[in-house]
Amino acid sequence: MELTCIVCPRGCTINYDVENGEAINITGNACPRGKAYTEAEIKAPTRMVTSTVPIRGAHCHQLPVITSAPIPKGSIFEVMEEIHNTSIEAPVKMGQVIIENVAGTGIQILAARSLNKES
Amino acid sequence: MRKVTCVIIGGGSAGLAAAIELKKNGIDDLLVLEKGPEVGGILNQCIHNGFGLHEFKEELSGPAYAERFALQAEELGIPIECNTTVTAFYPDKSIEVSNKNGYEVIQADAVVLAMGCQERTSGQIQIPGMRPQGVYTAGTAQRYVNIDGYQIGKRCFILGSGDIGLIMARRMTLEGAKVLGVAELMPYSNGLQRNIVQCLKDYDIPLYLSHTVTNIEGYPRLQKVTISEVDENRQPIKGSEKVFEVDTLLLSVGLVPDNTLTVEAGISLDARTRGIEVNEYCESIMPGVFAAGNVLHVHDLVDYVTAEGRKAGRGAVRYLKGELPERNGFVTKAGNGISYVLPQRVDYPSEDESVEFSFRVRSPYKNASIVVKNGNEEVKRIKKLALLPAEMEKVILPKEVLTTIHDELVIEVEEA
Ligand SMILES: Cc1cc2nc3c(=O)[nH]c(=O)nc-3n(C[C@H](O)[C@H](O)[C@H](O)COP(=O)(O)OP(=O)(O)OC[C@H]3O[C@@H](n4cnc5c(N)ncnc54)[C@H](O)[C@@H]3O)c2cc1C
Ligand code: SF4
Repeated sequence: MELTCIVCPRGCTINYDVENGEAINITGNACPRGKAYTEAEIKAPTRMVTSTVPIRGAHCHQLPVITSAPIPKGSIFEVMEEIHNTSIEAPVKMGQVIIENVAGTGIQILAARSLNKES
Repeated sequence: MRKVTCVIIGGGSAGLAAAIELKKNGIDDLLVLEKGPEVGGILNQCIHNGFGLHEFKEELSGPAYAERFALQAEELGIPIECNTTVTAFYPDKSIEVSNKNGYEVIQADAVVLAMGCQERTSGQIQIPGMRPQGVYTAGTAQRYVNIDGYQIGKRCFILGSGDIGLIMARRMTLEGAKVLGVAELMPYSNGLQRNIVQCLKDYDIPLYLSHTVTNIEGYPRLQKVTISEVDENRQPIKGSEKVFEVDTLLLSVGLVPDNTLTVEAGISLDARTRGIEVNEYCESIMPGVFAAGNVLHVHDLVDYVTAEGRKAGRGAVRYLKGELPERNGFVTKAGNGISYVLPQRVDYPSEDESVEFSFRVRSPYKNASIVVKNGNEEVKRIKKLALLPAEMEKVILPKEVLTTIHDELVIEVEEA
């Protein structure tokens, strides 16, 4: 079987077989991350999620946010629902935790940038 | 009149990288002019991750990448003036700006152009039908959603498979909209393969290759979009129409370097890149005028923009210190299968250890070779499993090769 590695912009085409729910005979990956990605993709695919939450008191209206680690693909919409129910007040520092343990994944939602309080 | 040694027009990735390079090399009398309320440029609205793999060996979101460079500029004490628009610049390197204090003229010894790019708009592509509300360029939609926090629509179709369109397909889906499909005129996508996978396939959004929008209906708000398959001459095929009931159409039909100022200054553009012609220091025909980033040619990776900004900065440093010798080099040429090569000239072939050339192929290739020639004589050959127009390619030539080229350097694709 074949998939495109999405770990970096190079986008290698990776060939593999599946045995007992695991990827084997992985070829075509230009680096080891491609192998790890293929294995995870067959067993338990994950994705980083980025979005925004409304912010008050900053020069713009939205604060970009990002998951602290990739989350299970199946939890993306649950995670989005929690993000949609969140808002925040400036100031915010890049990396600050905005949501703890989002949708029970054990993963955090972090501020992807700093935003100062505007007077 | 204010005098500044080096003025950088635009505070995006390219402008910041150039400014940092200048400052680090002892040019303290600098000024970055930015029309927006903050530096960072387009990255501030690119909230997805995928930035910085080369620069930081990690994947950052656009705003985070921008913030790292903004911080570095701040720590170095680089003067930046935001909410300041350059309205004109002249071949004598005088620059007219408009800001909250009104109008001012600044005289510079060197200028780095880093104004970024603009989106092609619906006016520049022809779609028959009405012009209802709900039709946006993908980048404008991205700004509305990610910075202003507007909801732009509930049912959406996207024309063009450029990266911004793909990224917006996912973004709209996560925001709760239904994206019914993406139509691409060409038989291949113009976006990165990884974006097809993680933005379309992940959410079961169909990609209609060799299709275009042939009608839009609805007033005052968009109600229906019709797409048709196209033949090999890109003409719609009768009877292949599909109709989608949507309230939003996003156009992701390409980016063009923003060279309004440049053209008004009387510097002509390369018809292929729509940016100025430069040498290996990103320096234009006019000594002391440099350009980097999307204003020079449209990039898909910000890391390359940063690297190009540094290169322009390095060129400006050498120019200002009077270190550049007389120009005596060769021109480059896009050969068979290549749409453009940058730089267009190498003016100082014996100055640096090596020079990097960037180029794009015209159409997709599998198992082809990139061949570099000194006139007719082959100097380098690189085998490639796949080549795509969406992905910028690079080749580096060492000084030993550069100094043997006297006429022109040709880069071309050879099929196996
Ligand atoms: C929507 C989009 C998505 C992208 N996604 C990715 C990605 O996933 N990964 C990746 O690596 N790269 C991505 N890129 C590519 C990369 O991020 C950009 O090419 C890069 O950030 C461009 O930097 P720049 O400095 O050339 O231009 P910009 O960031 O556009 O900066 C130009 C600046 O100049 C200012 N300016 C313009 N005219 C004037 C004037 N007259 N006076 C004063 N200031 C002026 C503008 O306000 C702006 O701040 C994306 C690009 C776009 C457009
Ligand atoms: S295999 Fe490695 S080089 Fe290839 S796309 Fe994946 S991460 Fe990038």
